[in-house]
Amino acid sequence: MPAPVVELIDAVAVLGSFPALAGADLRVEQGDIVLLRGPNGAGKTTLLRLCAGLVPLVRGSGTILGFDVVAQRDEVRRHVGVLGHQNGLYLDLTVGENIRFWGDTVSASTEETSAAMERLGVADRLVDVPVRKLSAGQKRRTALACLVARRAQLWLLDEPHAGLDAVARDELDTTLREAAGAGATIVVASHELERAGSLATRAVDVVAGRVREAEPGSERS
Amino acid sequence: MSVWRIARLVARKDLQIEWNSRVLINQVLPFAGVTMVIFAFALDSDAVLERVAPGLVWLATMFSMLVLVQRTFAIETDDGALDALRVAGVDPRAIFAGKAMGLAVQLLVVEVVLLLAAIVLYRQTVPAGGVVLLVTTLISATCGLAAVGTLYGGLAAGFRGRETLLPLLTLPAVAPVLIGATRAVEAALGTAGAVVSDGWPWVGLLVVFAVAFGVGGSLAFGPLIDE
Amino acid sequence: MTTTESNLQREHTGRSTAGGTGTRGTRVIGILTLIAMVWLVAFGLGFSPADRDQDEAVRILYVHVPTIWVAYLSFITTAIASGMYLFTKKKSLGWDRLAGASAEIGTVFVAVTLIVGALWGRITWGVFWQWDARLTTTALLFVTYIGYLAVRRLEGTHQQRARRSAVIGLIAVLEIPLVHWSVRLWRSLHQEATVLDTDRNTDMDGLMLFSLFVGVVAFTLLYLWLVMHRTRGMAMEDYLDDRGLDEALVARRAEGDAFVADHATMPTAAPAATLGTEETT
Repeated sequence: MPAPVVELIDAVAVLGSFPALAGADLRVEQGDIVLLRGPNGAGKTTLLRLCAGLVPLVRGSGTILGFDVVAQRDEVRRHVGVLGHQNGLYLDLTVGENIRFWGDTVSASTEETSAAMERLGVADRLVDVPVRKLSAGQKRRTALACLVARRAQLWLLDEPHAGLDAVARDELDTTLREAAGAGATIVVASHELERAGSLATRAVDVVAGRVREAEPGSERS
Repeated sequence: MSVWRIARLVARKDLQIEWNSRVLINQVLPFAGVTMVIFAFALDSDAVLERVAPGLVWLATMFSMLVLVQRTFAIETDDGALDALRVAGVDPRAIFAGKAMGLAVQLLVVEVVLLLAAIVLYRQTVPAGGVVLLVTTLISATCGLAAVGTLYGGLAAGFRGRETLLPLLTLPAVAPVLIGATRAVEAALGTAGAVVSDGWPWVGLLVVFAVAFGVGGSLAFGPLIDE
Repeated sequence: MTTTESNLQREHTGRSTAGGTGTRGTRVIGILTLIAMVWLVAFGLGFSPADRDQDEAVRILYVHVPTIWVAYLSFITTAIASGMYLFTKKKSLGWDRLAGASAEIGTVFVAVTLIVGALWGRITWGVFWQWDARLTTTALLFVTYIGYLAVRRLEGTHQQRARRSAVIGLIAVLEIPLVHWSVRLWRSLHQEATVLDTDRNTDMDGLMLFSLFVGVVAFTLLYLWLVMHRTRGMAMEDYLDDRGLDEALVARRAEGDAFVADHATMPTAAPAATLGTEETT
């Protein structure tokens, strides 16, 4: 059996002194699209950030893409793509400037960055607009374009549908399916249970910092 | 992707942001200018002002630098871009070098404007023989300031109380630059009987400082911005 | 304290502190310190002669010089401990606590040096302060380590604190020689202007030198005693933090169990029921 993309064992991570993750166990296989469900404050965001190598592990152990989550956080980061609560954009740069910058940091070619922009409907009209002036949904799409340009093996998305209109949501879903088809593994935290549920191959419930496997089939609610 | 190439990308990005938002031009330069004016109110003596002009230029530079450093890291934390840079696996040394270069360019602009202000407001003159010393001083001092500012700015970014932590860490650290750069500029301008040759030992100090913090900063930056 | 608590704490701090931070080691050092201090008082105030120029005021030097010596000793210790934390594989927090404790004590000693020095200056030359190389460097040293202590208090886990502080501790050691060099060069320009030359070697005869030596020994012992206690105190604080985390973990897990139990009776996938965004058919 191939190595799991994500394996967390009794993971504890803190925000200040608060244990956002209180002993989470999670296993994600390659090609999975996993939906993280749970109430606000459950620790979904921290779990995603832990998988991204952004947050240190205080107790427990884990590997992401084979890299140790404690000792090899740098390596973990290089191979994941994150869409968090914030968009990771420079507010005073235009959409085009942002995407070009982020594409350049991963040596993406101009075709790849243009394709990413087209894909997410930010070419033409929005390309020269400073990000500061965009609506929340438009910012999200820009951030998504940057994420697509990264071609990461593991995608970590924190409420990606929030702020997007119906068309953009459909496009996002298509993008995710394409990415999964191309071999990426995806972990999504979302309150959009129906939409994300139909996308996901598996659902887990995050409650008070721990993970519980959901009933099989329950992701399709 | 080489560290150097990414550093240039980051520097270009920072300068592009400045160009788009014009915070330096619209806010920092006027602030620097205002400081030069209010010094005159406080010191109330033409003779004193003429004598201490180089020092005032560097004081105003220090205060403007604090503002510039806060700004250069505010753009990173406003929308989580620094996190995104960390996730992108960008070498922290490249981020450090890039941001320091961007900061250095902006600082140079401020310093030139402050020098002009000193020439106008404090009746300074630049003798031809002092120009080389003056330019060398500006460049070497700026490199040192940019390195220290980027290092501590990165540390303080994202913490509450960063507005006060930054000056507390930065100002003692740049004391050697304040001392050296002022003396060197005094030598270049001939203030209080100083001659140009007096200035070069100070430039030596500034260069060593810049190298020490350039190297030390690039090594320390990674661990400091990491959670 | 129960046996399990005591064991947990022993694991954490290397010993059980049911009785406070004292040990046989600190008691021995404490007594030696007291003895040395008594000697210092005896020699400093009694046996050693008054100075030719400074009169009785020279006696302050027997405190002033040792305190700055100890301050430098503590900052070097901080730097070494910082390096050990960063560059050893195990990354033991003990090094971080030693670095922090040493820096705290060093900062206090610098403050004492400055105050005592100011008093001495007032008595000998009539001024509390003078912009000479030594005083200026000492003042900057003080502020630099206040900054270090501020960095130690930033929020985060113990490991985060340790790494940040270690880096800053090493950078501070980089700053000191630069400051020293620039300030000395600066003040050398003003030699003719200084009224009083603090670099002039006070002519000390044998007994005075011996008193100074006693002072250095006494204050070094005091430093050791303080560092041992403070490091253990910090270990206890860290231990309490960890205990706090343990309790927080228990509380959070209980919260989770209660939540699941509450919703276990719902017909469809349990937690979804609270979110209100699904449409069950």
